[in-house]
Amino acid sequence: MKQPGGGASRSTRSARSAGSASVPRRPRAPAVVRHALLRWIVLALAVAVWQLVARAHGSVYFPPPAEIARHAHALWFSGPARHVFLTDAAVADILPSLGRMTAGFALAAVVGIALGVAVGRSRRAYALCNPVLQFARAVPPPALVPVFVVIFDFGTPMQIASIVFSAVWPVLINTAEGARDTDPLRLEVAAVLRLTPAERLGFLVLPSALPRIFAGLRLSLSLSLILMVFSELLPGTANGIGFTLTDAQSRSDLLTVWAALVLLGALGYLLNTGLLAVEKRLVGRGRTPTV
Amino acid sequence: MLRLDTVGQHYGDHQVLHDITLTVPGGQLLCVVGPSGCGKSTLLRTVAGLLPAYDGTITLDGAPVRGVPDNLAVVFQDYARSLYPWLTVRENVALPLRRRGLPRAERRAEADRILAQVGLTDTARRHPWQLSGGMQQRVAIARALVCRPSLLLMDEPFGSLDAQTREDLEDLLLEVHRTDGVTIVFVTHDIDESVYLGDRVVVLSQGPGAKVVLDLPVELPGSRDQITTRGLAEFVALRSEVGRAVRKR
Ligand SMILES: Nc1ncnc2c1ncn2[C@@H]1O[C@H](COP(=O)(O)OP(=O)(O)OP(=O)(O)O)[C@@H](O)[C@H]1O
Ligand SMILES: [Mg+2]
Repeated sequence: MKQPGGGASRSTRSARSAGSASVPRRPRAPAVVRHALLRWIVLALAVAVWQLVARAHGSVYFPPPAEIARHAHALWFSGPARHVFLTDAAVADILPSLGRMTAGFALAAVVGIALGVAVGRSRRAYALCNPVLQFARAVPPPALVPVFVVIFDFGTPMQIASIVFSAVWPVLINTAEGARDTDPLRLEVAAVLRLTPAERLGFLVLPSALPRIFAGLRLSLSLSLILMVFSELLPGTANGIGFTLTDAQSRSDLLTVWAALVLLGALGYLLNTGLLAVEKRLVGRGRTPTV
Repeated sequence: MLRLDTVGQHYGDHQVLHDITLTVPGGQLLCVVGPSGCGKSTLLRTVAGLLPAYDGTITLDGAPVRGVPDNLAVVFQDYARSLYPWLTVRENVALPLRRRGLPRAERRAEADRILAQVGLTDTARRHPWQLSGGMQQRVAIARALVCRPSLLLMDEPFGSLDAQTREDLEDLLLEVHRTDGVTIVFVTHDIDESVYLGDRVVVLSQGPGAKVVLDLPVELPGSRDQITTRGLAEFVALRSEVGRAVRKR
């Protein structure tokens, strides 16, 4: 985990080297800017290379990124300001996808954490459930989708069920492991302080399992995104980013296919960044590197 | 009053304590000394009701000990690990007050009062791992004292501190003991410390099956002082007597 102290020591070091008179040098960009540059330069280079190569070849299968970006903008982000610049197509396709994914992920998180704590805090429950959990986790999630198609038919319930049943396992298993690893000495402290079961959960078990819970949540988030798209690829879906993909493919509209792929990548990145920010707020506080 | 009658304790087949009989009158500061691994921590955990069962009988103010008694506080040997790192110092210290059902503001005020008593006023909003070892130990002591226990169990609380901090905390403990009149069972492997702090010193034999081999009242004149008390002839004589009992196998 990155500590705020790291940045501070770096900036004092650069300030010191800039202050030493023996080596004259031009003023450097602030550390933050240099950091951001470093992080994005590889991506920028890749996109630039892609642009040059695609332009040179002029293949209809691999349009240049600038054209994809222009197309994505026209397709989704050129709407009126009162709709936060979203077009009708965006409202019709991106929002339903995101809604289903959020609902599925949230449900998986709540169920996974609740069951995980229950399983992890009881030695017997853990011994009984562990083989089942390992088995459930080993089933490739998309393989479950046909089951839900049969149960729910096509539509939102089937899609949300697919997401929940795939995303719940990593949170559940990680929460169970985290809750099981609660420090026995700290449990004795809780006993001496006569904490109620709810207090013990809130003040001890959940906080100490939190890093594991977030490790599970990160896996679950990417599974949610995968299942969101996958469940929308099936025939019988009427909207969503996945539907946009198959629809554009059937019309040989490769530009839209590429735009949807880039959109998915960006969404995955943004969601993960958001989750990391939440994790940093909750877990970063009050933990030593060694505990 | 804490009363142990022929108390034994074991982990599986491993008999740790054997036939311990002790009566600790209310308000006494009893020091327990013994070689490493003889079962001092086990004795405290048994009295605290943290182990599932024991042989013999233990009563606290007449009531048999089954599970963790009310009005008990423990300072654990591994004090740094016993604090909750995700809570601030104040939150850690206020935690025991929840069982008394005090409103939030009163819990805070009470925690701050006890933190001031152990000299930690300025650290209330920090986290335990941001403090030095001695400060963490004072937080653990504050957490134990905050609900005014009638019995305080302390497991080598000053074991890993530097001499200066240690002496300060010893005197803090003596003062708390004098003003609050709490019964204290204080485990240490430091013979000097046991004689300096204790109203009475009990020596356990090397395990397995540790027994009480010496039960010595400490009668030192006047209020204790780090320099003069440790120089008294009586102090030196008591220390030698405890030392001999610890070394005798
Ligand atoms: N949880 C446990 N399971 C099995 N054996 C244990 C357990 N805890 C302690 N023991 C054993 O019981 C004996 C007494 O341990 P205990 O921790 O009470 O000693 P101690 O007197 O506190 O030692 P120290 O001075 O080093 O803290 C030791 O031989 C130890 O190996
Ligand atoms: Mg011990």
